[in-house]
Amino acid sequence: MRKLVRKLLGLSIPLLSGLCAISVVLIVLIVMGEVILGGWSTLSWEFLSTGPKEGMTEGGIYPAIIGTFLLVVMMSIAGVPIGTITAIYLSEYASQKSILARMIRFAVNTLAGVPAIVFGLFGLGFFVQFVGTGMDKMLSGGTDLKWGQPNILWASLTMALLTLPVVIVSVEEAIKAVPRELREASLALGATKWETIRKVVLPNSITGILTGGILAVSRGAGEVAPILFTGAAYFLPHLPKALSDQFMELGYHIYIMSTQSPDVEATRGIQYATTLVLLLLTFTLNFSAIFLRYKIRTRKAR
Amino acid sequence: MQDLKTPKETETLLHPITITSESITTREKRGNNNGRVTTLWWKKRFRLGEFLIEKSITAISFLSFAFIALIFVFVFRESLPIFSSSVVKKPVETKQVQQETYGDDTPTAELQQQVDERKKSVENLEEGGATAANLASKTWQPVSSKPKYGMLPLVVGSLKVTTVAVLFSAPVAILAALFTAAFAPKWAKELLKPSIEILAGIPSVVIGFFALIAMATFLQNTFGFQYRLNAFVGGIALSLAVIPIIYTITEDSLSRVPKVMTEASLALGASKWQTALFVVLPAATPGIFAGILLGIGRAFGETMIVLMATGNASMFSGDLFEPVRTMSATIGAEMGEVVFGDTHYTVLFFIGAVLFLFTFTLNAIAEVFIRQRLTKRFEGQ
Amino acid sequence: MESSSSMKQNGHKITTRNLSLSYGPKLALKDVTVEIKTNCVTALIGPSGCGKSTFLRSLNRMNDLIDGVQTTGEVLVDQVDIYRNDVDVVALRKKIGMIFQRSNPFPKSIYDNIAYGPRINGIHEKAKLDQIVERSLKQAALWDEVKDDLKKSGLALSGGQQQRLCIARALAVDPEVLLMDEPASALDPIATAKIEELIFALKEKYTIVIVTHNMQQAARVSDYTAFFYVGNLVEFDETKKMFTSPKEKQTEDYVTGRFG
Repeated sequence: MRKLVRKLLGLSIPLLSGLCAISVVLIVLIVMGEVILGGWSTLSWEFLSTGPKEGMTEGGIYPAIIGTFLLVVMMSIAGVPIGTITAIYLSEYASQKSILARMIRFAVNTLAGVPAIVFGLFGLGFFVQFVGTGMDKMLSGGTDLKWGQPNILWASLTMALLTLPVVIVSVEEAIKAVPRELREASLALGATKWETIRKVVLPNSITGILTGGILAVSRGAGEVAPILFTGAAYFLPHLPKALSDQFMELGYHIYIMSTQSPDVEATRGIQYATTLVLLLLTFTLNFSAIFLRYKIRTRKAR
Repeated sequence: MQDLKTPKETETLLHPITITSESITTREKRGNNNGRVTTLWWKKRFRLGEFLIEKSITAISFLSFAFIALIFVFVFRESLPIFSSSVVKKPVETKQVQQETYGDDTPTAELQQQVDERKKSVENLEEGGATAANLASKTWQPVSSKPKYGMLPLVVGSLKVTTVAVLFSAPVAILAALFTAAFAPKWAKELLKPSIEILAGIPSVVIGFFALIAMATFLQNTFGFQYRLNAFVGGIALSLAVIPIIYTITEDSLSRVPKVMTEASLALGASKWQTALFVVLPAATPGIFAGILLGIGRAFGETMIVLMATGNASMFSGDLFEPVRTMSATIGAEMGEVVFGDTHYTVLFFIGAVLFLFTFTLNAIAEVFIRQRLTKRFEGQ
Repeated sequence: MESSSSMKQNGHKITTRNLSLSYGPKLALKDVTVEIKTNCVTALIGPSGCGKSTFLRSLNRMNDLIDGVQTTGEVLVDQVDIYRNDVDVVALRKKIGMIFQRSNPFPKSIYDNIAYGPRINGIHEKAKLDQIVERSLKQAALWDEVKDDLKKSGLALSGGQQQRLCIARALAVDPEVLLMDEPASALDPIATAKIEELIFALKEKYTIVIVTHNMQQAARVSDYTAFFYVGNLVEFDETKKMFTSPKEKQTEDYVTGRFG
């Protein structure tokens, strides 16, 4: 009897776990397949290059693409330098026991775990309300409510904060991959610490900085919760021209269109196609980042 | 043997005291030669560039800490007014209460009592806006003539959805990770690892869309739910986002189990699956537990998927197949419409603060388990 | 290549007095007092882990880079204790160059590898840099082999060439002392011979301290030898004397191969 039970377990455990593994792969295929199948027909060059028409039931998503692009560019300008500098500090300047280093590491770990919606709240409460209205008060005595509103500037800064840990981790990994011998060679020649970082460490960490940036952009393009009320809008008559403008965005567009569109049937194709565009975008970005990360790891092994 | 000084352009000094004013002026006159100081070559130079750069780098790095502190401060600050009971923005007329509940009939004594009770609770609302008692009530109706901020349905909503998500994703992820670590042939591993990475990289809005448009319909057709979008559907959709988290940490923990343990077990005659189930899996338990905690945290805090797939109705019940409203979805759906500073705004921030604290605590506990795994467990063995 | 009997009466470029060093609780160097003569080659020999590399790295304060290192005693370079608080380590390292056990050229061109040091020192005019690069490569006996393609990556050279590149790189900043940590241990006999020739030629201008686990190499190349054992300096003498009639029994045992 026991032998039978053991034999059954012996078969079922690998089988069951194998099934679970297969289901994971299947899930990925199904999700991607559904989106591709549903959106492929609507996808066209025209779709990507024109704006929405007829109350969102026709036309394309060009403004959303531009909005997403502007968002991630601004987010990177704010986040990548700060993330890189923080990574340099943590790996080159901070001593292991320093309290400041531990505080910063704690901060980075915590930031990585904050739910996206809470970032949205912070963006609203701090950037829009506190900084924004503060700026309005200073610039126009509080009469012109220009900065105290959700806009692309506050949304990008909020996103930069959300993706900061991603950048820091990637860059730190790349910096640590630079062999100690190269640093020692430079220092032994009489170079200062910063000279060594600037001329030896950083040039050899560019791949890591790039990986971090790409991963951040991928997150930034995909997360919608933080921009729900810090700057994204569903329909805007024109593209954002100033930092204080709102913007359309791919993920936000999908959300609103699929949950609040008055004519679900008519917009179904557009919904699918927009989702497909977002999926392809994040997929390509993630793939490039993984490829770069692989290059870093193999270089380190050399 | 005498110490002969090597013929170089250096002034050699044994003690600082012997620096005479003459030697200093000589140094100033001679200055630099090709960037090398030819006198007092060993004296520490203050390099302004280095100093400034180091200070700037340190200061900028501090920004991370500054911002996390700011997040703590602002999220809690904006929710503070909740604890002072003076926030009343929408006065309510008591007359309406009576009229609404009972048409034209003269109320009986029993019904009158009920009306009075309701009046009292409404008065509480009038007085306290969102006091603790109200937050714990069962109705969430912030946008109405008598705004009610009962958080219970929201908390229950979050709990339902998270429970479904974890109950579904944890076994699947853990078993899949076990398969990868213990049974999978090389080609399977090569297939599985990128699949997980792809799954992890799918934006939550895409998962939400998939659930809303395709999965919900499929599930309803298969199981015949009364409501197409409900807690169960939302939970299953959520598990798609949680699986990669639990899988990654579990797989990592399993692979960290020292090979000697596996080998010892096999050498004793145990089979592969017995080793996997009775030796490797238990050894990786702290890590797996940490993974589940992080998965719970993620599920609890996720917004887009639940916004799109749960039906968004704040109902208070134990039924998994009814629509729900989670805490995160509430913030997401309503924050865009609130007036800065009023009760609704404050309550939403309060919900956010609770969310933040909860996930922060979960992460901290998970961190402890991950660290424990690295130190105690294998040092003792 | 033997130490000349008519050795110049040079001064002591580097002198250590009671130098001790510990990594945390472990004592790596115990009370080392030795005098390194100018424009001579001093070899540091001893079995693995005896502290000779640690001692070498103390001379240009490269041990500062390691966490938890404590150094006591004095190291005088040109009569100045370099472990004083007000010493500029960067300037020290321009005066004392180092060549490592495994060659570590930068992933840059040959030219840029050598020009690295001078550029840091503020030299940017191409003509001057060209001059320095050529001079250093000639001093390192590498010029003829690479002069046609200075743009080639430093990593594309053979092991022996890379090491000579590192020597050229160190020479480009015009140091006075060269510290070499087992420079030929990873090289084949032909490359090793070239390095040894180089050392002999360089001692004309530079003071050289070389760590080697190869006693024959020490005997071939050096004027003075210091024998280290478990962090102690056991004996220090002219190479010829140490190898033919060592004073300490331990030295004799090591030198004759009874342990090592």
